[in-house]
Amino acid sequence: MRGMRSPQRRHRRAARAEAAAARRPGRTGLLVTQVLVLTLFATLLVRMWYLQVPMADHFRSLAEASHTQTLIVPATRGQILDAVGRPLVRNRTELVVSADYHALMAQDDGGDAVLRRLAGVLDRPFEELRQRTRLCGPDVPRPCWPGSPYQPISLAEDVDPKVALQIMERREEFPAISAQQQAQREHTRGSAAVQTLGYLSPITAQELEERENLRTQFTGVDQVGRDGLEAAYDEELRGTAGRRRLGVDNMGNVTGVVHESPSQPGMHLVTSLDRRVQDIVEEALARGVKRSRNEGNPADAAAGVVMDVRTGRIVAMASLPTYDPEVWDGGIDQETYDGLLSEKAGEPLISRAVQGQFPPGSTFKVSSLAAAAENGYSLDADYACPSSITVGGRSFQNFEGNAHGTLDLHRAIVVSCNTVFYKLGYDMWRKDGGIKPKGEPEDAMAAMATGFGFGAPTGIDLPHEVPGRIPDREWKREYWEAGREDACARAENGYPEVAKDDPGHADYLKRAAEEFCVDGYAWRAGDAVNFAIGQGDVLVTPLQLARAYAAIANGGTLWEPRVGKGFVSADGKQTREIPPVKAGELPVSDATLDYLRGALTDVPKEGTAQGAFDGFPQDRVSIAGKTGTATLLGRHESAWFASFAPADDPRFAVVVLISQGGTGGAMAAPVARDIYDGIYGFPPKSDGAPPESERGDAPGEADARKPEDEPLAPAIPGGVPPAELPTVRPDGTIVAPEGYAD
Amino acid sequence: MTAVSPRTYLTRATSAIPRRLDGVLLYSVAALSAIGLLLVWAATSGTDNPAASTGHVRRQAVHLVLGAVACLAVAAVDYRLIRAYTSVVYALATVGLILVLTPLGATINGSRSWVVIGGFQAQPGEVAKIALVLGVAMLLGEPRDGEHRPTTRDVLFSLVALAVPLGLILAQPDLGTAMVLGCIYLGMLALSGAPVRWVTGLIGCGIAAAFSVWWFGLLKDYQIARFTSFVDPTADPRGTGYNANQAKIAVGSGGFNGTGLFQGEHTSGRFVPEQHTDFIFTVAGEELGFVGGAVILALLALVVWRVLRIASGCEQPFGRLVCVGVAAWLCFQCFINIGMTLGIMPITGLPLPFVSYGGTATIANLMAIGLVLGIQAREHTYE
Repeated sequence: MRGMRSPQRRHRRAARAEAAAARRPGRTGLLVTQVLVLTLFATLLVRMWYLQVPMADHFRSLAEASHTQTLIVPATRGQILDAVGRPLVRNRTELVVSADYHALMAQDDGGDAVLRRLAGVLDRPFEELRQRTRLCGPDVPRPCWPGSPYQPISLAEDVDPKVALQIMERREEFPAISAQQQAQREHTRGSAAVQTLGYLSPITAQELEERENLRTQFTGVDQVGRDGLEAAYDEELRGTAGRRRLGVDNMGNVTGVVHESPSQPGMHLVTSLDRRVQDIVEEALARGVKRSRNEGNPADAAAGVVMDVRTGRIVAMASLPTYDPEVWDGGIDQETYDGLLSEKAGEPLISRAVQGQFPPGSTFKVSSLAAAAENGYSLDADYACPSSITVGGRSFQNFEGNAHGTLDLHRAIVVSCNTVFYKLGYDMWRKDGGIKPKGEPEDAMAAMATGFGFGAPTGIDLPHEVPGRIPDREWKREYWEAGREDACARAENGYPEVAKDDPGHADYLKRAAEEFCVDGYAWRAGDAVNFAIGQGDVLVTPLQLARAYAAIANGGTLWEPRVGKGFVSADGKQTREIPPVKAGELPVSDATLDYLRGALTDVPKEGTAQGAFDGFPQDRVSIAGKTGTATLLGRHESAWFASFAPADDPRFAVVVLISQGGTGGAMAAPVARDIYDGIYGFPPKSDGAPPESERGDAPGEADARKPEDEPLAPAIPGGVPPAELPTVRPDGTIVAPEGYAD
Repeated sequence: MTAVSPRTYLTRATSAIPRRLDGVLLYSVAALSAIGLLLVWAATSGTDNPAASTGHVRRQAVHLVLGAVACLAVAAVDYRLIRAYTSVVYALATVGLILVLTPLGATINGSRSWVVIGGFQAQPGEVAKIALVLGVAMLLGEPRDGEHRPTTRDVLFSLVALAVPLGLILAQPDLGTAMVLGCIYLGMLALSGAPVRWVTGLIGCGIAAAFSVWWFGLLKDYQIARFTSFVDPTADPRGTGYNANQAKIAVGSGGFNGTGLFQGEHTSGRFVPEQHTDFIFTVAGEELGFVGGAVILALLALVVWRVLRIASGCEQPFGRLVCVGVAAWLCFQCFINIGMTLGIMPITGLPLPFVSYGGTATIANLMAIGLVLGIQAREHTYE
């Protein structure tokens, strides 16, 4: 290594031997140093190997987790359309002012200054805006943002466009704030059919747990169909949420879209509802309630059902009282919600048509007549119709104490003679063995009522349907067993809280309790008698009654009622029909049904509904129907009219109920007439109030209220609902089925 | 007037540079600089990233050109001349370090080690490294008459020469640079032939210090963070252990082959702070993988090894000690920097020589290489 030194140097080196010695440690040290350097670099190499080879997958997963964020992009909810394609519920866009969470927090003061300015412009308290920007967590009380910080945080909904424009034009004053359009559910007809259409409200934790589909697509601010069709067809209307995987940097800033699977918009739900008929029913009911109240009746609620007797599809269904569905927009506050549930407001969330149970009164006689006919009673024999009969020591009155001599069952329906049916009920009860039946009692009346579909849910495609009640011996016993203890205590102690105000009534209640305590299980003659005319413990829903009359009309088929008729995808490419479902057949012979139809056809012409249908062109469309006036202890009588038309070729069943509204013929039948007038385009009854609002499609559409002398357009052209679904064009516009375009 | 051809000019200008520059060293450093430039580019680019710009790459290219010129200029000057100006360099560095502590000092990128004068900014700490190398080499490599090796007196003087910049740098405070200064000094002292008791004593102190650093490496992240942020509050501005974790994730997710240059998601997402300067090795780790990282390590080791080889070939103690000092500087700075990236050293603000973005640091590193090249070229004893 040192062999090439010059002699001069070698000499100098020899002369300074010690100097060489001095360098020695340095040279040894250099070798040591080189080893040390190698060791250090080798350490780094080994460590790097460890991180990048055996641990690589671990760190890759950590990296993946930290630089992407998955954002769920909710799908546009499908519209709810009527049979002709007119929207009943659609998506309205409203302006929403929102904040970008990360951009806001990146500001020096966390966005305080910006939010303060914004509060001034929006005219809302700064504190509210500040609170709404907080991310919800276990320690953060509402208001807070329940969604992802990668979504725009909504600060104010339904903002005036002028205000929104102001914000967008002064962007430099409102960094991190933007205004954009957001879809909001809109009911095109306001409060019409709200109970049937339903509403949306935020998903609950329980729903998330139960519905996997919701859980995997949850954005944190999702709403779910809570009632009505929105709930029943939530899955289809909801569509499939898209997923956008965002690349994010260390500050949470979005750097780009890594992957996007687009959302699949929800399908439009085509219903069998007809928006015009719905409007007609709503208005007719409202007028009916008003008329009833004018006569001093409470008329606390009302319901109307129009059903296609050939398919069981619902053409219109209304329930009063109703409410403005806009209360749900942007989240309902507790006070408003409590109000909706309160009895004082009439519990407008409850659909009286599907969830209301009322004694059917005389409309029930169709079932009783069928029970008699199918059990050997002659339809054409003479039956006595005295003003009252006495059964089991109690006197049962005919309506308003009228007597009609003797008549056949046809006539008994037309004039609605109670005593004939009392007698039939009593007879059948005695045949079964009276209070103590021998062997298995037939309970023919109850069996027939069940055969008409009463006492069990109809299976309509709406949530929360109630079954009504068909009381029989068994029911009575169960009822007694459930209530005996209470009644016996009452029999002992009486009703002191009632006695304070009304000692007479308290006495009556105490006696009733005593009686119930002792032999309340017994199916007594009075029970059977009351049952025969749809009184006592019999309860039906207007929907059940409509279906029963539809079955009489269509020759005996009980349909599962359907509101949903089919689905059409947002681009129109896919359609799916919801087929009508047969629930059963009436256990009634064709002859009896024919007889019933004949009797019912005469009711609006010469019977109890004659006044209501005075002047109605029965020659063009013959109406068949039955009035009912139901009484419930302690309540005012309720008015019913159950019907179908045309009588000779039935298409629609119409049932009207005005709870505590008076007599059926005077209060409910005129409402049904209004509905038929509207469906077929007949001029309204001259002495009745004219329709209060137009029947056009949209508010502001050409005045649909035609002058008196000009014929009105029928709400349903030809009186036949469309068989086909409306079509959706690729651009999203909806076209009515052929022959139904406006 | 006769026109002088450009080629003649070039020949004249370069004639001062010794022809026998060490090729291995030169090319290794050039390769590292080129890789560094690419990594700076990768670190500051990124799709859809508003922070992305080519400004850093372009500035780093200028730094490299300036550094290359400085390197060749230093190599061209006889190191004995440079030795004569050691005190001037040392004085300049000291003044610079004092200025950092005055209102002229500035905090840039979270580190208060800068002096800004009229738009020109520099890190006197980098100059101090050169000054320390030269100063200690002079004090320990120039024994007084009759002495063949440094005496206790020389060692004491050299300690003072260390203490002044060390104290000023700890006052900033800049733990990383202080550690490098300490390592430079210990390396030079160990190989200077100074009295054994001094060498062993001070190296013992150094080992104790290193051990304590290593010991802290065994502690929990937050404990290290407490320690380092106590000594150097700028070390981990984003919170306890954040940098260390993100750096490890970036390197580890690169795997064996890496994601490819400009393809690193962790890099483009800016998860590692200061990834174009102190944490540049994370970019190499993620985008170039183990393969690329190993190449960089090999090149750095080659540079250090080459400088040590040159040192061992030096007849003159001054030249030898300068080379040793430069080797110690580069070696420890590389180890501390990459070590913190890989999570085996506490986080301190130090750039990776030749690779990291930085003006003063790049130029100072290349000047140091220039010193070594000049010494090598003039030490004809080296074969």
